[in-house]
Amino acid sequence: MSFQVPDDCRYLESHEWVRVDDGTARVGITDFAQDELGDVVFVELPDEGEELTAGEEFGVVESIKAVSDVYAPVSGTVAAINERLFDEPELLNEAPFADGWMLEVELADEGELDDLLSPDEYRDQIA
Amino acid sequence: MTLRSPPLARVHEEGGARFTDFGGWEMPVEFDSIREEHAAVRESVGKFDVSHMGQVTVDGPDAERLLQRLTTNDVTALAPGEAQYAAVTDEEGVMLDDTVVYRLPADSDDEFLFVPNAGHDEEMTDRWTTHRDEWGLDATVTNRTTEYAMVAVQGPDAPTLLADETDVDLDELDRFDVGSGPVAGVESLVARTGYTGERGFEILCPWGEAESVWAALDCQPCGLGARDTLRLEMGFLLSGQDFHPEDEPRTPHEAGIGWTVKLDTEFVGRDALERVDREGVDAKLVGLELVDRGVPRHGYEVRTRDGDTLGHVTSGTMSPTLGEPIALAYLPPAYADPGQSVRVVVRGEPKKARTRATPFLDR
Repeated sequence: MSFQVPDDCRYLESHEWVRVDDGTARVGITDFAQDELGDVVFVELPDEGEELTAGEEFGVVESIKAVSDVYAPVSGTVAAINERLFDEPELLNEAPFADGWMLEVELADEGELDDLLSPDEYRDQIA
Repeated sequence: MTLRSPPLARVHEEGGARFTDFGGWEMPVEFDSIREEHAAVRESVGKFDVSHMGQVTVDGPDAERLLQRLTTNDVTALAPGEAQYAAVTDEEGVMLDDTVVYRLPADSDDEFLFVPNAGHDEEMTDRWTTHRDEWGLDATVTNRTTEYAMVAVQGPDAPTLLADETDVDLDELDRFDVGSGPVAGVESLVARTGYTGERGFEILCPWGEAESVWAALDCQPCGLGARDTLRLEMGFLLSGQDFHPEDEPRTPHEAGIGWTVKLDTEFVGRDALERVDREGVDAKLVGLELVDRGVPRHGYEVRTRDGDTLGHVTSGTMSPTLGEPIALAYLPPAYADPGQSVRVVVRGEPKKARTRATPFLDR
């Protein structure tokens, strides 16, 4: 089975992604992660304005069979959350890199992006 | 420890299943998606490999007496071709297992068969032989777990699907009846039993011929994940989780299956259960629904609104059919009535919940 690993994202070993586009950093979980979890039924997200620290947990994704913490790939302030996930948690399964995004973060330090896995490094990890 | 493999392991692997260790067996937990598999069973039909369930036969002049003394229900009530649900209890009335006892059709080689839970077959066989010897009964107890495969086909379309593949007259089988005949050409026992709440059948066939039966039943393969959400919607017990002799010692009365206890029969644990029947219980397995957002899970604490501990969740999930978070929890009997407000502690946070009647789903 091959999983989507978009080239325009950076990755955490714990299977989160971040994509910086026009100054906005979006964060979510990877295709591999959603597949491992199975049917997602519940998502817990921080409030807008909360401060995230890279590597620390910011939310929870629950599937029918498992509960999983999600970790922040970058530090910064939560600028927006994807409220659709509260009613449609299945978006995380259906489109983890698109409609299933979880947060937008105002980056505290763009340099942190360099510490994350490149798409190729992440591909190697899940191979 | 080496995991035991069901006879269909190779087929499941080819079918893209994910596996899990369940009761010492490596079993498929999911084929496509638990949600899809669950929906197939509720709306049309799905099949399960349940070969991890134990199969123990009991024969001989005292077979009935032996079963009567080791299970809580009344085995003498069974005619050939009938089955019943029962608990197996110790001297204290604590549930060691739950099981279905079949008095097999007259044309079968064996007289009785009972089905212990996954990983309990050896322990139950030992228990039966030890007590047989102790009581001097004339009965043969045989662990046939790796001789029989078991395939469940469940859902509103199960009778139509199975009817095309068997000579057994399914219309003649009432709930908890068992017949015998070929399924896909394989001599089998066909029981109108199951653990999903749907109409359905459990097929016992020789271990080596399971692939023919499985292949002939052309429908959605389902794993233990869907089996768990389906049984929980019905409020059915999961051995090892909703009761366990050490971790969760419970009497049938606490676990909500006091109706399987026939006090006018003699069985191990009877006196203890008569006392329970007379004096009542300290806790009962109660249905819960979460009002706040969240998913109740095994082990989560249940409290009053004021923060006093009441009990804990034994099984919980997001119900795929209802789209609501549901759970079973042992609570004081005063909370057995539906509609009472409690709190379930989800990751340290008390979430609003209500007691609710089981089954959660009307079937």
